[in-house]
Parts: sequence; structure tokens; C-alpha cells
Amino acid sequence: MLSRVAERMYWGARYLERAENTARLVRVYDAALLDLPHDAGVAWPLLVDICGARQDFDARFPRPDDRDTLRFLISDPESPSSIVASLGQARENFRTTRDLCPTEAWRCVNELYLYGQKSLPKIASPRRRHEALSEIIQGVQQTTGLLSGTMSHGDAYHFIRLGRNLERADMTTRIIDIAAASLLEAGDGVARFENTLWMAVLKSLSGYQMYRQYVRRRIRAEDVIRFLLNDPLFPRAVSHCLLELEASMLKLPKHEAPLHCAVRLQRILDAQRMGGIEKTALRNLMDNLQLELAQVHTEVSGAWFLPDRAA
Amino acid sequence: MKISWRDYDPGTGWDELLGAPGRPRPHARELAKHLSSLSAQQLGRRQDAAERAILEMGITFTVYSEGQNIDRAWPFDIIPRIIPASEWRHVEAGLKQRMTALNLFIDDLYNEQRIVADGRFPRALLETSGNFRKECRGVKPIHGAWAHICGSDLVRDADGTLYVLEDNLRVPSGVSYMLENRIVTKQVFPELFSRNRILPVDDYPSLLFDTLASLSPRPLDYPEVVVLTPGIYNSAYFEHAYLAQAMGAELVEGGDLVVADDDCVYMRTIAGLERVDVIYRRVDDTFLDPDEFRPDSMLGVRGLMRAWRAGNVAIANAPGAGVADDKLVYAYVPDIIRYYLDEDAILPNVPTYACVDETDRRHVLENLANLVVKPVNESGGYGMLIGPAASHADIDKFRQLVSRDPRNYVAQPVLSLSTAPTLVNGRLEPRHLDLRPFSLQGERSEVTAGGLTRVALVEGSLVVNSSQGGGSKDTWVVESEES
Repeated sequence: MLSRVAERMYWGARYLERAENTARLVRVYDAALLDLPHDAGVAWPLLVDICGARQDFDARFPRPDDRDTLRFLISDPESPSSIVASLGQARENFRTTRDLCPTEAWRCVNELYLYGQKSLPKIASPRRRHEALSEIIQGVQQTTGLLSGTMSHGDAYHFIRLGRNLERADMTTRIIDIAAASLLEAGDGVARFENTLWMAVLKSLSGYQMYRQYVRRRIRAEDVIRFLLNDPLFPRAVSHCLLELEASMLKLPKHEAPLHCAVRLQRILDAQRMGGIEKTALRNLMDNLQLELAQVHTEVSGAWFLPDRAA
Repeated sequence: MKISWRDYDPGTGWDELLGAPGRPRPHARELAKHLSSLSAQQLGRRQDAAERAILEMGITFTVYSEGQNIDRAWPFDIIPRIIPASEWRHVEAGLKQRMTALNLFIDDLYNEQRIVADGRFPRALLETSGNFRKECRGVKPIHGAWAHICGSDLVRDADGTLYVLEDNLRVPSGVSYMLENRIVTKQVFPELFSRNRILPVDDYPSLLFDTLASLSPRPLDYPEVVVLTPGIYNSAYFEHAYLAQAMGAELVEGGDLVVADDDCVYMRTIAGLERVDVIYRRVDDTFLDPDEFRPDSMLGVRGLMRAWRAGNVAIANAPGAGVADDKLVYAYVPDIIRYYLDEDAILPNVPTYACVDETDRRHVLENLANLVVKPVNESGGYGMLIGPAASHADIDKFRQLVSRDPRNYVAQPVLSLSTAPTLVNGRLEPRHLDLRPFSLQGERSEVTAGGLTRVALVEGSLVVNSSQGGGSKDTWVVESEES
């Protein structure tokens, strides 16, 4: 398989997953804002930091309001972090590898892109916003399902799986990060809202039911975090994503370096035993995990996308 | 209401299927009979079925318009064009003769230049040719073959004579549509295939693969053959992907290939660098290698020419093969055949006036309104003047163009171009067409049975290019009792 094609599949899947996860991110924040007291001082721009887009954002909006932030994250085609931009990138990557994907999957991506173009700019009202974001999440889920159900699980599919799971693991850490950050920002006055907030986080990752079934405890911050980080079975848990990554890597040639990196990350995660939740420590841990995940990407890229270097 | 051939008026030109109203030619009798058993509605339904199949199979061509690339469904007419096998054998022999002679000619031009030394081909033409690549001097490709894949345009005049109008030796396209047209026609008229002995065309991808594999510099059972495309924005991208898939070859872009220090070409794969033996390139010469041609080319591969000259990779068609595809060289093809093969051309050329010649030029300038004037280096029907259909302003423009740069223009009489029945708004009407057979030249030479018939869908129009309102038909070479 050509490196270029592999790379496009990988990024196509990553951007698609990123679109879904950014939608989830905004949704959980919407919910959190509703649950927290109005004077808690938590505001939208925090999301920009979580997405790692502060520099970009400040350059574009010297005196931003909430609308600017939302536009930046959702509908601004100029912002590389926006859902619209992610969908555009996903579409371009799938378009240029059309012969390898089932036609239905390509159509799905294309329609999602067109839907995003049309609907995402109209997100000023929270109700509208919720509706459009749900559509995006569903559309990505549909594409993912089509790919898994109709595409041969060969090399090309493994690169899609790599992209999806790496992005997903990364976003789960960011979503945990944002919850911790909003609690920090809100200060001690909101301690009694803490569990409500974690419940919203679970719901935003479609994890509430699974948590109930598998953890069988009431919602407690440390249990939720452990579930989202260490659960080997829940598809959006970081641990599960890593297992998926490792399984796909094993099917590909020259997998030693990236596999080694993923396994190392898995070990860091396993060694992590969350006691009482100290938010600053939690935020640091999430930052670390994100750096490790970036390293996995570097190894993936080095092994499969830049064969000159490897040769 | 049934289709009646008495209502079909082939006019004064040559019609491929009918000699006169109600009188099908012998090779078309079976088809004509069958069609007249159908009603206009039934025919319409089959046309719809064909169009649906084309959409579902994703047969498209790309048009660049309004700043965007648009994938359009390939316009297709379900009524096939039929050629008797006896005539085809003659055409096939003619095309093979032409390919052989042209390859000898190209090989000679880049090596000894005997034909120039013997005064049979003007040195001035060679020196002013836009397609002569000095970078190719002294190269001796395997089997002496430079133009491995050739698409020749054939047209039939009012008296029934088939002429070669053009030899496309650079990156001829259209063969995937020939293959798809047959697949669609089999779905639409399966009953006719059992009643006629129609020569198959679907072995083309495997013949192409064999031809390409025979060029491999390494004697291997499975040489690595790749198709080099300029990418998804190219109008023929569909075909590049189609052929790559049908041959089981990798479809690569310039950035996928790299020439290493050993002067061999490699492709970048997830398993590392893999050696490439044969490149079927669908990229123009000047974009192939930014080191030697256009330095701004993003489509090519740095060092590719070096690797090719070292004999470490085969390129089809070879760089520089286009020197024989110049419309001015075309005028010399009968002489070229005589020179190298000591034979007369089996297929005639269309009489061609070279504007660079003073006598010819005077004739052309005096008769612009009755001639077709073509730039020697364009394809796709661009930049042409069709005298009888042109405005005074256009004729004046071409008078200036020809006077200013005579080397760049040739002129030919307007051929009437034969017609064939074509389904238009539920009726069969004559529409003009041409034919592009594809020839292969490697260890052996092959010609497709038939080729791509292109049809001008607009009444009276002679322009068959898909970019300018043309469509296509399936082409049947039919073995009959008489032949």
C-alpha cells in the first residue's frame, strides 16, 4: 500500500472523528454551563485552550465574546479547529482515496460535509446548536459503521482504525481535562455540583449507560475518570482505544516502533491509580497523556508515511 | 409505435449502418431488424437503464468549469456502431504498419537520424518541433519501442474511405470508456450478443499489462508496473484509476515515487521503498522530471529521466515519443512508412497542407473558409478553425495566426464524417462520429477490436470531443457469413 494513500486514510478518519468529538466537547460544555451556577465564572473561551488553539484564536479575535468562541469551534472555515474545517479535511482525504472506500461511505462523508456547510453556521441558539451537533455526531457514527461493516478489514481499514482511535483517545483526555478545568475555574463554591458535572461528561461520551452497567456504583468523580481512562471495554475509554490501536498495528508491516510506543502508554495508564481527585494533578496527567499520544502519532508517521527515512 | 428504418434519412454522407432509408448494410441487418421490433418507449427505457448503469458504475469524466471540477456522467448512446470484421482486418494491418514505422522513425530521430541525412525528412521541421526532446538523444528503449500505446483517430468520408486523422502518441485517453461502453451495452442488449459474433474488447487491460510488463528492465515474473497520474484533478483521472485497478497496478502520483542514489525508481509504501520497473505515465513529457523539464512541475519525479536513461526503469510512452504526434509530422507519415518499411501506407492520410510550405500556405490563406485549420501541437479539439462553420472574425483571426506562425499550423479539407443512427428524443437520427482504436507496441503489437466511437450529439456538428458536447457508442467488430 502506498504511504500517501495510507496517510490520507489515517487523516480522513482522524478528521472525521475530530468533527464528532468537537461536537461532543461543545455539547458537554453547553450542559455544564447549564448545571453550574451563573456566577461561577466559567466561560466559553476555556474550550479554545482545551483544543490547543489559543494563539490562533487570539490572533483572530482580540476581544472575543461567546459567539466568537462558538463560531471558532464550530462553523468558522478559517479556523483549523472548527467542525466545518474538520469535515472539509475529512472529505478531501476520503475524496482522494475514493477507489479504496465503499461508495456509500464516501457519500456519507460528502453529505455530512454538505450538511455542516448548511447548518453549522446557524448555531446561535442553544436548541439549534444541540440539534446540529447531534446530527454531526450521528453522521460520523453512521460513516464509521458503514466502514466497519462494508470495507474489507485490510491495510487501508487498519489505517482508518488507527486514525479514529488515536483521535478518540486524545479527545477523551481533552474532555476530562475540560471538566477538571471548569471545576477549577469555578472554585470551591461549586463542589456540590461536581458529580452532576461528571455525569454530563459521561453522557457527552455516550458513556452513562455503560458506566452504570459496568461500574455499578453511583456517579463518583474518581470512578468516572477511571472508567474513561482505564476501562478496556468502553469504546471511548483511552485504554480501549489503545487496545484497538495495538491490534491494528500488529496487522501492519514494520510496526515495532509505533507498537512499542502504544504499549508504553498503556503501561503509564495502568500504573495510574487515581485516589482523591486533585484537579491540578488531573490536568497535568491529561496533558501528559496528550503528549504521549502525539508521540504515538509521530511513530505511526515515521513507520508508515515517511518510508524514505525508514529505508 | 415501432421504430421504422424508412423514416431514417442517412442524408448525402456515408452512414455506418444504412445504405439508404430502409436499407441496412449487410453487417447491420441483424441489429436493424432487432431495433425495428422495439417501440420508441422500449428503446427509451433501455437508454434510461444504460444511463442508470453509468451513474451506478461511476463512469465519469471531469470538466473544469466555473473554477470547479465537476464529475459528469459519461454521455452514452445505446445504438452500437458496427464494423465488418473483413474491413477491420485491413484497418488492423494498417494501424500495425503505422505503429511500426512511427516507432522506427522516433528511434531514428533520437539516434542516427538517417531519415534526415537521406533528405527524406526536413531537418528544419525537426529543429522547430516543440515535441523533440534533446534529453532523449542516444536512448535505445527495449524492443525499439517508444510509442507503446497509441490512440489513432479514424474518420470515414462520404465515399466510405477510412482515413487516419491523427496519431495520438503522447498520453491518449478514452480506452476505459471503450471498455465500459461494452459492459453497459451487454446489459442493455444481451440478446444481440448471442445472435452476432461480436469480437471481444475486454482483454485490453491484460494486453496492456503484458505490453508494459514486456518493457521491464528486470527479467522478473512479476515486474512492478505503476500508473502515474497527475492526480484527481486531471480530466482523465477516472481512466487512470480504472486501468490501474483492472491491471492490478498501483496508481501513483509523482510524490509517491523517488529516484535513489542507485538511479533506480522506488515507490513509497507502508512497507518501505519498493522498486518500480515500469511506469505507465499519464503525465505530459514536460512535467515528468523537474530536474530536466519544467522546474515548477509538482507532478513529476526528480531524477526520473536519469533513471530512464540508465535503463533502470521503463516509461510508457517513452519521453519524447510525441515528436511523431506533431500534426506536421503527420503529413509525412506515408513517406515515413515508405522509407522504413518500403511499403505503401495501407490506411490513407487526410490530405494535409503544411502552412510552413509557401505554396501550401498560399492555398490555405486563400481557402480558409473551406478548410479545417489546426495548431500542430494541440489535442482535444482546442484551438481549431472549422472554415465552413466559422464567422468572418474567426477566419480573420486565423489568417493572422497562420501568417504570423506558419510552422504551428496545418490545414485539411473538411471531411463529411460518417454518421450512425443515434437515439435523440425517442427517434433515431444520424449523428457524425469518428473512431479511436488503441494499439499497443511492446514485445508484440496488438490492436483493439474496434475502439472508442465518439459521436457529436448536436445535429450537424462535427466536434466529437467529450469536453465539447460529444458522446460515445459501443463499437462492434462483427464477423459475418459474407466476410
